[in-house]
Amino acid sequence: MNAPAYNFAYLDEQTKRMIRRAILKAIAIPGYQVPFASREMPMPYGWGTGGVQVTAAILGPQDVLKVIDQGSDDTTNAISIRKFFAKTAGVATTTATEEATVIQTRHRIPEAALSESQVLVYQVPIPEPLRFLEPRETETRRMHALAEYGLMHVKLYEDIARFGHIATAYAYPVKVNARYVMDPSPTPKFDNPKMDNCPALQLFGAGREKRIYAIPPYTQVVSLDFEDHPFEPYRFNAPCALCGAEDSYLDEIVTDDKGSRMFVCSDTDYCEGRQAAGHHGSLSGAPYKEKAQGGTNG
Amino acid sequence: MTTIAELPPGFADKVLSAQSTFRSVMDAMARPGSVQRIVPGAGAPEPMMRGTAAIALTLFDHDTPLWLDARMAAISDIVKWLKFHTGAPVVQDCSIASFALISDGALLPALERFALGISEYPDRSTTVILQVESLESGRPFELRGPGIDGTATLQASIKPFDLFERLHVNEALFPRGIDAVLVADDAVVAIPRTTRVVSKGS
Repeated sequence: MNAPAYNFAYLDEQTKRMIRRAILKAIAIPGYQVPFASREMPMPYGWGTGGVQVTAAILGPQDVLKVIDQGSDDTTNAISIRKFFAKTAGVATTTATEEATVIQTRHRIPEAALSESQVLVYQVPIPEPLRFLEPRETETRRMHALAEYGLMHVKLYEDIARFGHIATAYAYPVKVNARYVMDPSPTPKFDNPKMDNCPALQLFGAGREKRIYAIPPYTQVVSLDFEDHPFEPYRFNAPCALCGAEDSYLDEIVTDDKGSRMFVCSDTDYCEGRQAAGHHGSLSGAPYKEKAQGGTNG
Repeated sequence: MTTIAELPPGFADKVLSAQSTFRSVMDAMARPGSVQRIVPGAGAPEPMMRGTAAIALTLFDHDTPLWLDARMAAISDIVKWLKFHTGAPVVQDCSIASFALISDGALLPALERFALGISEYPDRSTTVILQVESLESGRPFELRGPGIDGTATLQASIKPFDLFERLHVNEALFPRGIDAVLVADDAVVAIPRTTRVVSKGS
């Protein structure tokens, strides 16, 4: 009686069929939000129930799954989702970007270039890019139908009028295949250029809001901007303190209450890979490594 | 009279076969023009190809009204098999169908007669599953669009011969439109509404 009472990858087959049909339509209409009958999952909304449902619908026994949360493989959210699928689907899991065939992500795109054999699944909180400008779903539907995106440009312009530059730093709106304006999920705008012409299929799942959308491989994804205020990706002007990378997206970590801070790669796999390859930053050689060698330093 | 017990079987392993078939169809849809293989076998009553049968078992259910061409609709074994294994309601009016199964290209109705979706919900459209002679040899078609790195070349023997001309309606209709899935035995190629033919050989 201890046999698991759930199906492979948790979801029942009827639910998977429904999600699979939505995924196919999402791929056929790049950037368009397909409504789907989102299920309750054994985790709260906001923990990636949309991404989990998409992953459950595509995952097979041959897949190798990687889950990241803000670039990190070892945060609670990433670990629990990885364990969820290791338990319910028995799939192999990895933290190495290159080894993964399915990567579920919360708010980052890995630094390593993705390949044609990979699928990137985003967890999305608010799929509608126009929602904070127009609360009514009937109206935003109509605006997408008419490709009426002037309001979004007004919002970006108001940023410029108020701050002198486009101050939107994450969930920066993009236009997909020259038609639909899409929310890339709250990824830093640093990641936006990686979505353009990406060899991997990108799927987006919003569980609470019950929407699935997609960017097929090799599809044009343009960040909205103005001729005199072109889109610019942002990163802290510092090298990673652990691996010295100058091209990765950095997290700012406050290290004491006197204003000290360090900048480290948000993509832990990328950072660890660089450190293993012999790259060093200003704060590498942390104490725990000396201890691991038997305290020969002391 | 055929009883249920005499119908060809569905998937041996419902769950993993459906997953594997879906990934082939998803890859096909994501990379238009690329030929994907459907591995899991399922019994299929003639003239339904094994690829078509696997797609039906993977994507059809009571939520997906299904339209059959006259040749398929006339074969009671096909209708029974679909009903028994998928539960999809077979409809006479193709403008309300989620999926259309076409075994004979000559019987493909004008594409405008299918559901094209509405501007607010372009996903509410018919996916046309068309059985063709070959997806490996025949006339070359050069394709362009999302999912294709530059151009892709598809070599296929397709009926109706003017399928890609007919699919031109997608250009004016977008984001509404028809997504086509071509099946030849176990090979599958998808032509979503975003795909354009740039040139074709004769």
